[in-house]
Amino acid sequence: MQLNAKIPEGKLQEKWARYKATCKLVNPNNKKKLDIIVVGTGLAGSAAAASFAELGYNVKSFCFQDTPRRAHSVAAQGGVNAAKNYQNDGDSVYRMFYDTLKGGDFRSREGNVYRLAECSLSLIDQAVAQGVPFAREYGGYLSNRSFGGVQVKRTFYARGQTGQQLLLGAYSALSRQVAAGKVKLFTRHEMLDLVMIDGKARGVIVRNLDTGELERHAAHAVVLATGGYGKIYYLSTLAMGCNGSAIWRAHKKGAGLASASWTQIHPTSLPQLGAYQSKLTLMSESLRNDGRIWVPKKENETRRPVDIPEEERDYYLERRYPAFGNLAPRDISSRAAKERIDAGYGVGPQRNAVYLDFSHSIREYGIDIIRERYGNLFSMYQKITGINAYETPMMISPAAHFSMGGLWVDYELMTTIPGLYAIGECNFSDHGANRLGANSLLQACVDGYFILPYTIGNYLADELKTGKISTDRPEFEQAEKQVVEQLTRLTTINGNRTATDYHKELGALLYDKCGLQRTKEGLEEAITRIRALRADFWKNLKVPGGHQNVNSEVEKAGRVADYLELAELMCWDALTRDESCGAHFREEYQTPEGEALRQDDKFQFVSVWEYAGPDQDPILNKEHLEFEEIKPAVRSYK
Amino acid sequence: MVDYQLDDVNPEMSFLEMLDTLNEQLVLKGEPPIEFDHDCREGICGQCGLFINGRAHGPLAATTTCQLHMRSFEDGDTIYVEPFRAKAFPIIKDLKINRSALDRIIQAGGFISTHTGDAPEANSIPIPHHVAEQAFDSAACIGCGACVATCKNSSAALFTGAKVSHLVILPQGKAEAATRVVQMVDQMEKEAFGNCTNTKACEVECPQGISADDILRMNFEYNKAVLLVDGK
Repeated sequence: MQLNAKIPEGKLQEKWARYKATCKLVNPNNKKKLDIIVVGTGLAGSAAAASFAELGYNVKSFCFQDTPRRAHSVAAQGGVNAAKNYQNDGDSVYRMFYDTLKGGDFRSREGNVYRLAECSLSLIDQAVAQGVPFAREYGGYLSNRSFGGVQVKRTFYARGQTGQQLLLGAYSALSRQVAAGKVKLFTRHEMLDLVMIDGKARGVIVRNLDTGELERHAAHAVVLATGGYGKIYYLSTLAMGCNGSAIWRAHKKGAGLASASWTQIHPTSLPQLGAYQSKLTLMSESLRNDGRIWVPKKENETRRPVDIPEEERDYYLERRYPAFGNLAPRDISSRAAKERIDAGYGVGPQRNAVYLDFSHSIREYGIDIIRERYGNLFSMYQKITGINAYETPMMISPAAHFSMGGLWVDYELMTTIPGLYAIGECNFSDHGANRLGANSLLQACVDGYFILPYTIGNYLADELKTGKISTDRPEFEQAEKQVVEQLTRLTTINGNRTATDYHKELGALLYDKCGLQRTKEGLEEAITRIRALRADFWKNLKVPGGHQNVNSEVEKAGRVADYLELAELMCWDALTRDESCGAHFREEYQTPEGEALRQDDKFQFVSVWEYAGPDQDPILNKEHLEFEEIKPAVRSYK
Repeated sequence: MVDYQLDDVNPEMSFLEMLDTLNEQLVLKGEPPIEFDHDCREGICGQCGLFINGRAHGPLAATTTCQLHMRSFEDGDTIYVEPFRAKAFPIIKDLKINRSALDRIIQAGGFISTHTGDAPEANSIPIPHHVAEQAFDSAACIGCGACVATCKNSSAALFTGAKVSHLVILPQGKAEAATRVVQMVDQMEKEAFGNCTNTKACEVECPQGISADDILRMNFEYNKAVLLVDGK
């Protein structure tokens, strides 16, 4: 596998400008001769599809939801970062670049991260022009707040619904292009395979979820904007439909998959209450400003939290990380919670949670102040749990949240397959081993609005001579045949276990062995057990109802089949990285104080995985990370 | 109407998890699952929506179906579950419906005609705090269609009014105010939605608490656009 990151020459500050000034362009009259497929309609996908159409390309846009506006970008709460320095507090593109690189534990590319910070400026302008109602000061100027891992206020927000408002902006731009006839929209269509012709991405096979029919679509380039795969853990903060199938199927066709195991586990989510549970709802990180996290000092404590006296409580974050206390970063806080829960100090009916206690703040500031700050979160908590958190502590627990890993892309956001691009959370690019809060909305938007519309032209300029691509070609026929075979197989095993049942078992295993903490032995065991589970899946799965009609069980089964393969790759990724960095914490590699211990001399590279065939060990390729501008340092939060 | 009996329902389950549990049992018996819409399960994507015991999204105010929990029901209850019904929302299967008519209303004009790259500096358009907050209140619509389902006329006036209001309240949206509202209302009428007769039932069932005042604003903007040429 050839890995050329194609970082432009020159000084960090000049790379992107130089690229834009020298990349190939497609004449406006020629753009209408070129077709682009965009899979996914979240922030990255909608932004890219709308921007391509505005430029004059013909776009086909696909999503599995019933309308583009439901893509999971909609659920992001906190905000979006931009180095506007409206607060005059010392922010700059360079500072944002450094914060992001450091937050990712120095496991991302300087060039990409700098460009992310640089483009953040235009994004806020773009969103405001679309009508995104960001929070404003009384004078009418934009308001900012602060997020973890930084010392400035650079986060723009729209109450607790920033993702929704940004997505509605992108959706409106997309809708305008649908009305103009430049985007053809295919809702409730799921991509089931990538079609390659002569080594290039040339189309997709999709299933119409309303009829079960398969369709072939051809284009000169294919863009995947299909989000993250944290739902692989079954219990996660993601939507039920979020999946890794598009990227996994592209991977099997030759696209490299990078840093597969790097998953952000968010510390403040609602805990699992029962085996029936389908997802874990996130509670905003902001709560940790006024809430104190603790567990009882006594194992298997049975008293109500309010009956446990102060001296019998263990405020473990304050104890272990006195400098940051309850505001320790996400990876550290999540690991510390798991440590206490595993040691038998967990609380709640499943003993899988810790307390987040506001009683001290309520005593100090009064209940009205706390209600004003967090009222909507307290009411959401009450709606879900039935518990009044003004009177008794919240119970929270870590939950799988964001995939830093994904399809490997070069500076142009192209995968290792020519003509196949990956944008937003489904690529691996900018966050390194740990993403900073409010950088995910940013990356999705910047990829879609400001980067890909330039870089895709550099490829399409050479595609004019290709002409229309027929879907009658044997490559399409072959791909469709394989999809039919898989669907038929899934629906005819007629065993005795449901797809969800397999998903739950896989998720629990993966969370235990390849979640917050990993060990060599655990990962090796996980690989063996995942292989066995996968074999069992293909023997004992039950999917009634066939695939030539509406059938949500078929949809689930296909996704779980892919998860069963992707999960193994995640374990290989974690097993072969003998260091700890960011969210990847190998227990063997920690400082005496229990902090992540990087091994820069051996692992200053991106692990890029190549598919070797069914049930074969995957092949590891390495992209070495060069640091020209900064020097990797040790992160410490003591 | 089909009857299902489900035992051992945990009061902590969400309504959709109750349906998941039922579906798992059906699948194991070799029956196809009951099809229903859902995705984020945290009340923001707008994809879920069931008519439960005669009410859109069930008995609680300001709550989507996914945020409703079984503790809101009694042991032994018979619960009537229907899809959101409206001529403009054809049923796909079971409880799953097609709401693409709402997309077409947005496509008719629910946007500001800006393109990537042409935006002025964000702070060059000061928007007073209360104006931004008011626009947000309307922009918060999740497009679930509960307003349509609960309306005796199956009107989409609250949905359309919310988008018209969001964009007309903001200075960026004023340039196209007249064409937008006319095109969106025309599209709404082309789809099979009924007319609004101001019962305000929509406002009661809206999980996002969108105010029926948005319908008044839409009518005001529409009349202004039709009666006055170029807003003069």
